[in-house]
Amino acid sequence: MTKLFTLFLLCTCCLSAHAALDPGQVLQLANEDSSVKVAAIQKMTEAADPDAARVLKAMADGQLFLSANKVVVIDGDKAFDASTGEPIKMPGNPDSITVNNRIRGELANALAALSLFDKDVGVRLASAQELQTRVSPDLVPVLARALAKETDNAVKALLKMAHAQANLGNADPAARLAAVRVLSGSSSPNIRSALLPLTDKAKEPDNKVRYGAISAVKAIDGRLELTENLARVFSGLSLGSILLLAALGLAITYGVMGVINMAHGELLMVGAYSAYAVQSIFRNYFPNAIDWYLPAAIPVAFFAAALVGVVMERTVIRWLYGRALETLLATWGLSLVLIQAARIVFGAQNVEVSNPSWMSGGIELMPNLLLPWNRLVIIGFALFVLLLVWVLMNKTRLGMFVRAVTQNRAMAGCVGVPTSRIDTMAFGLGAGIAGLGGLALSQISNVGPDMGQGYIVDSFMVVVVGGVGQLAGAVWAALGLGIFTKLLEGWAGAVIAKIAVLVFIIVFIQKRPQGIFALKGRVIE
Amino acid sequence: MEKSFTLRVLKSLNRKSWLALGLFLAVTLVVVPVLHLLVPPENAFHVSAYAITLFGKIMCYAIVAIAMDLIWGYGGILSLGHGLFFALGGYAFGMYLMRQIGRDGSYQSDLPDFMVFLDWKKLPWYWSGSDSLWWVAFLVIVVPAIVAFIFGYFAFRSRIKGVYFSIITQALTYAAMLLFFRNETGFGGNNGFTDFKRILGYSITSPDMRLVLFGLTALMLAATLVFARWLVTSKFGRVLTAIRDAESRVMFIGYNPLWYKLFAWVISAILCGIAGALYVPQVGIINPSEMSPANSIEIAIWVAVGGRGTLIGPVIGASVVNLAKSWFTVSFPEYWLFFLGLLFILVTLLLPHGLVGLWKTLRQSRGPRT
Repeated sequence: MTKLFTLFLLCTCCLSAHAALDPGQVLQLANEDSSVKVAAIQKMTEAADPDAARVLKAMADGQLFLSANKVVVIDGDKAFDASTGEPIKMPGNPDSITVNNRIRGELANALAALSLFDKDVGVRLASAQELQTRVSPDLVPVLARALAKETDNAVKALLKMAHAQANLGNADPAARLAAVRVLSGSSSPNIRSALLPLTDKAKEPDNKVRYGAISAVKAIDGRLELTENLARVFSGLSLGSILLLAALGLAITYGVMGVINMAHGELLMVGAYSAYAVQSIFRNYFPNAIDWYLPAAIPVAFFAAALVGVVMERTVIRWLYGRALETLLATWGLSLVLIQAARIVFGAQNVEVSNPSWMSGGIELMPNLLLPWNRLVIIGFALFVLLLVWVLMNKTRLGMFVRAVTQNRAMAGCVGVPTSRIDTMAFGLGAGIAGLGGLALSQISNVGPDMGQGYIVDSFMVVVVGGVGQLAGAVWAALGLGIFTKLLEGWAGAVIAKIAVLVFIIVFIQKRPQGIFALKGRVIE
Repeated sequence: MEKSFTLRVLKSLNRKSWLALGLFLAVTLVVVPVLHLLVPPENAFHVSAYAITLFGKIMCYAIVAIAMDLIWGYGGILSLGHGLFFALGGYAFGMYLMRQIGRDGSYQSDLPDFMVFLDWKKLPWYWSGSDSLWWVAFLVIVVPAIVAFIFGYFAFRSRIKGVYFSIITQALTYAAMLLFFRNETGFGGNNGFTDFKRILGYSITSPDMRLVLFGLTALMLAATLVFARWLVTSKFGRVLTAIRDAESRVMFIGYNPLWYKLFAWVISAILCGIAGALYVPQVGIINPSEMSPANSIEIAIWVAVGGRGTLIGPVIGASVVNLAKSWFTVSFPEYWLFFLGLLFILVTLLLPHGLVGLWKTLRQSRGPRT
């Protein structure tokens, strides 16, 4: 009871601070005629009174009632006088006020316009953004007033656009021209379509305005094309980073060691399922830290895949060194076994691996150019893995041994390099890198038993185009193929682009069988 | 002394092999039809329609395996794209089968159902003539041959070999699969061709037609075996084997390996195409998944299991693996991939010469060594 009373008191205090609305105008909201209602809503919007927002909100929520020629707000078991906001006694059987679709639209506009005067910058920004898409000429005065009062630059810029858009319907050609000039600085497709009618002679009698509109549309088109191309290059980079992650492990096992590993895709799958397993553990035991399961999964994915790789090397691959075609068939068999094992352990359906919350959303560089965080993180992760591989291969003893064994196995053995152990470790390293690639893939694509199959052709293409034994080649090939694919997709569609890329590679290999970065020298088989 | 062509063909197989071949034809052309048509279904000796379709299918696979063996076992070139040629032959013949449906499709149109569904008004140009069996039979041979010739010419000319070649053939069949998955390509997209009704006006589901197709496949298999035997024992075959073992030396002696490899490659593709054309009416469906890289690589394992570099090996391999497949997929579907995977691993590790090699070793170790 005391609680209710405090609330009651609080309400009264807040509300009494505002000036009351004109009861006559409020009464018009309850008029039978929709046009009168609309006029009243518009009047109240123009006045931009904070109290008006309260009444219109109640109206939109269906809480406005008419009782004894007085408009009341009924919220649950409490009633207030609409014009003053004072609590009153619950009236006996009040009439509800009809809100049809036309009124509803009008109310939504009005509320958006009114929240332009809110104290909170965030609310103002949101409503200014909302107004970008639907602006009516009636809002001109409100927008002008909001613009004059606004202090925040971001909101101001948006308001300017909205104001100009509202002014496009102005009867005065000079006002229209000014609006067109403002809008030509935009890069939004909505504004382009708002300007389009003005380029038509039938709809725009004034030449100056029309020419202005035409050049404005042209300017916007140029900017739109730029953002579109930037978006394509970005998605190409993103695809390139994915290809790179998928292919880096292969660059070690195939590129450096010369082992054809058709089970490479399944090593990616092992990495992806590690992410799933770690996520499940976090869900069950550390639900508070669920956002951090991904960093925790990095070592798990690496070592799980590396372990599978070491077992593969010890049991099968080491007996087939130097017999590439047999290796190809045996590792294909390994891939089938791994796929079926995944099916039995995790089920044939795809499992759900979700992005941590810090990876959702993105950076909006320009209107309609959004760089999603998960893609950016993967590009960063690809760079990290690349650096890791480079350091391992060039700056560590293991890397030196691997390179020594590849260059001259017999000589390396003579000076004391344990060649067979180095083979195992190098293969394990390549497999582990593939596991990291799989971890990244789990964030953007489906995780299922068959996921590896889709990457095997692509990964080999990257390594083959890049050239055997070359990390730099793999990087350039991955980025090049990624961007090339996305640019082609832009004008030919995904499937044709894919086919074109495969055909391109087939032709490319004819010309440069050793890849882009072939080692110089003459080789006899 | 120059022997006549017939004599050379006859000489290419020994008496025992001719006898075995004759026995095979007698069984497939006489015994099986009798057991299927005249013996009542309840009798233990009755050959069911299922068995005929299964063995017809396996014989088609055996032809593909021989084709693969010609290029891999004798030429040393591992193709991971032979499924493409098989599917091309199948699609070419499938076009004829689709046209034979006539107005019996669900839309009662002259066009195949999927074209009506796509709202196409007339047949695309490459479908012209597809209502003639002879033109389609021509396509079955020529289309795989042309694709193989163009691809092979460029690949062998730039001396791509070994694993590189395997991988680009895989890319080739993968690209073709993507192409055929598109509806706009005009081959039924995802679903491919199915619901066939008749050949030359005769119902495709009748027992007679089933036996005719079965018999044709058996004849084709026998012909393929004889042809392949003749080819590999000819001078051409010996040069091909020499290229497999030491390409540079063959080149330095004065042969151009390009034409030898290319010829074997194109012949292999044509055999695959014919096998595909025989396969489609018996199985009743063709879709782009026949071109998936996994299917093509399976062909290699048939050959490896049987024993490459022999001609009976691929036939045995294709039969054993596919019988095992149809047994596993019915009895323990979840273990089939384990079995197939282990087969790949164990055969390459332990049986480099396949079952034929194993048999030879066993016989040698038992009998006196001479």
